[in-house]
Amino acid sequence: MTQSQIEIQVVAALVAAACAIPGVFLVLRRSALISDAISHTVLLGIVIGFMLLGDIENPLLIVFAAGAGVLTVTLSELLLKTRRVREDAAIGLVFPALFSIAVIIITQNFGSIHIDVDAVLLGELAFAPFNRVDIIGSSLPRGVVVMGIILIANLIAVAVFYKELKLATFDAGLAAALGFSPALIHYGLMTSVSVTAVGAFDHVGSILVIALMIAPPAAAYLLTDRLARMIAYSALIGIAAAISGYWIARALNVNISGAMATMTGIFFVAALMFAPERGLIAQVIRRKRRGERFAVEMLLVHLRRHEGTSDEETENTLGHLTDELNWSPRYAHQTVKRAQRNGYVQLVSDALRLTDQGRTMASTLLAVR
Amino acid sequence: MTKDTSLYPIAVEDLTVAYHEEPVLWDVDVTVPAGALMAIVGPNGAGKSTLIKAMLGLVPRSAGHVHFFGRSYAEERQRVAYVPQRGSVDWDFPTNALDVVMMGRYGRIGWVKRPGKADRAVAHEALEMVGMRDFASRQISQLSGGQQQRVFLARALAQDADIYLMDEPFQGVDATTEHAIVRVLKDLQARGRTVVVVHHDLETVPEYFDHVLLLNVKAIANGRVEDVFTPENLRAAYGGRVDLLLKQEA
Repeated sequence: MTQSQIEIQVVAALVAAACAIPGVFLVLRRSALISDAISHTVLLGIVIGFMLLGDIENPLLIVFAAGAGVLTVTLSELLLKTRRVREDAAIGLVFPALFSIAVIIITQNFGSIHIDVDAVLLGELAFAPFNRVDIIGSSLPRGVVVMGIILIANLIAVAVFYKELKLATFDAGLAAALGFSPALIHYGLMTSVSVTAVGAFDHVGSILVIALMIAPPAAAYLLTDRLARMIAYSALIGIAAAISGYWIARALNVNISGAMATMTGIFFVAALMFAPERGLIAQVIRRKRRGERFAVEMLLVHLRRHEGTSDEETENTLGHLTDELNWSPRYAHQTVKRAQRNGYVQLVSDALRLTDQGRTMASTLLAVR
Repeated sequence: MTKDTSLYPIAVEDLTVAYHEEPVLWDVDVTVPAGALMAIVGPNGAGKSTLIKAMLGLVPRSAGHVHFFGRSYAEERQRVAYVPQRGSVDWDFPTNALDVVMMGRYGRIGWVKRPGKADRAVAHEALEMVGMRDFASRQISQLSGGQQQRVFLARALAQDADIYLMDEPFQGVDATTEHAIVRVLKDLQARGRTVVVVHHDLETVPEYFDHVLLLNVKAIANGRVEDVFTPENLRAAYGGRVDLLLKQEA
């Protein structure tokens, strides 16, 4: 690997980890859409900041961008308070308005500045190694420095306010009652989302910011039931998507951010399918097991009912199960096999007999139902 | 009114709460004596939950005052524990029962500091008191509704408060949970705590509680169960429907 390849991957990994942290809380609060809004409206903050400061490299721009993010949330909540629109609609109304103001200001005032739609949506990670800064005597890509600082800030924030974030996200009412202002915590989180979005947006574009904030936490949510692990898994999944996306982009010669965003989706689908407890496959297997157990129970109850009666000879046979319980011969055979394995029945030529164990089991089932 | 509010764990004076200029609570005066085990009963929409939330400052008050031991809620926060309705939170949140109970300690721990060994011990003890010791590390979505309610109760116990405000703890719970909750309520009372419970089952009021507040936007009656839990007061609170509710007692 060349140095610039390594640098691109480091920037991408830092973006992924930085986005995953606030993303976890957005997903748990069911406000994933706000990441979409903020990742666009920070542009307005950058534009206004640029007009006032006259310098696109000024670190203070991040303050304006964060302000625009918080403004997005505030305006959405004001609209929500009128009780005339729902939360998703409120966000959907506010962010295009702010984003379009930003676009109008740019086209009116900075006609000479070239705004590339691709750059806004997809960023251009490939250029990350060319934009460098000197820090303590060594030359580093600007993205590494900016995203490193944002990641560290997010890590410190989540470590220091872990308890408060957990409480306010799980039970805002109790948080308020105990004196931990949920509004303060909410705006703190939104500030973190805004700062992360503006730092990341610069390198990877808004689509990947949204993808990295939402998909890895949504996948991690399916893999664990502990909050701390969900944060760690989200960061790891994000990093894995970023690095695998980079190599796929190289192999297929496509946009790096696009490939990374695709990979976050693939990781999510993989978790959705294969998660050990909550995955779809686990769910199908669980249902099948439950169905099989129920079939055995029906068999035992059926045999018990006819045991010792005059029609036992005809009822309690393997062949009769297909009529009586509406099973295919194959399914009847499998169920009997299963019941035999558990020691509940014996098959003597075609006749089915309950064992003592099977009789006890059937009696318990009949007693309950 | 020139009542010395510091004599009472809870004193609500002239409390009015409105949503969109519609009064939900109208000029409510309630005092709760120390060691009382009080039910708040009233028809749907009577403002029972709102009363508790207004006491805690969770909904804005249009008028009136609420005193806890003669002081504001903000000053006496540590001495007041709150059990919200079970449906008010997302039980799919990635955490376990012990962790939820531990949240009851957060008020005492304060900002930024982490829960310690002592807090953990208190949380385990609280789970034990509601018969949930064996479920400490169980993911909360895997608990039954009654078990979730007991976790909420344990969380309030872990707060180790002097006043307990509970919003419909008996809502939709199994018999085991109902007994466990009643046992905890009586135990709290025996230890001199003051407990106020939003309740919906009129039949069990005399058995579970010694004080009752009959509420229907206004406070209809408030006092000892034997004094104020009368058919006349119930009729005043519920209207005609109360005859149906009380036929067993006739």
